[in-house]
Amino acid sequence: MKNDFRARNHPAYWAFIVHRASGVLLALFLPLHFWALGQALRGEEKLESFLRWSDQPLVKFAETALVLLLAAHMAGGLRLLALEFLAWRDWHKSLLAAAAGVTLAAALAFLLNLV
Amino acid sequence: MSERGLSARTQVLLWAAQRASAAVLAICVIVHLVTIIYAVRNGLSAAEILGRTRGDAAWAAFYALFVTAVAVHAPIGLRSFLAETFDWRGRTLDVVMMAIALTLAMWGFRAVLAVYL
Repeated sequence: MKNDFRARNHPAYWAFIVHRASGVLLALFLPLHFWALGQALRGEEKLESFLRWSDQPLVKFAETALVLLLAAHMAGGLRLLALEFLAWRDWHKSLLAAAAGVTLAAALAFLLNLV
Repeated sequence: MSERGLSARTQVLLWAAQRASAAVLAICVIVHLVTIIYAVRNGLSAAEILGRTRGDAAWAAFYALFVTAVAVHAPIGLRSFLAETFDWRGRTLDVVMMAIALTLAMWGFRAVLAVYL
């Protein structure tokens, strides 16, 4: 359809895209996360050497992105649960903004503590 | 949207499992985010992480619940994504998703043990 994009270009559609993309990326990250923690099975020093590797600026940037994705997926998911399970209220319209706020706050708090 | 190869009952079960695991994960992720933000304040170290988790049954139980909920939630979400984006449906998709769920659970419990033992 010609107006397909225009029909989809609204905040709730972008919230859907963010929720889906963050979910897929987090699922792809999980095996790496479990592998990294599993290093502790081979001794504390193995985990420590992985953590020292993760001190690189690019890795810290990726970690911040992951915190952002996790917070976005959680806040967006809570919004969906509220929409599906709670009786409709006018404040539900504000949930998108609240979810975005929670996401940014979590990522900024992480970044401020990281650097 | 109807799906080939899945009974209505199974679709309802998947829907309910996705929402129930989401509710558990919401709490787990809030705890996880707060822990992460707190833990990185002086830089991460293996000694600090393991000092918090080793021998602590409460943390182990929390992470075991977290892994269980993730192993349920992630494959169901991926399944919807693959079905809707690539029109991949049917038996192979179900088998692959079950394999992903079991692998995530196995690797996740291994990670929980690694920081507990």
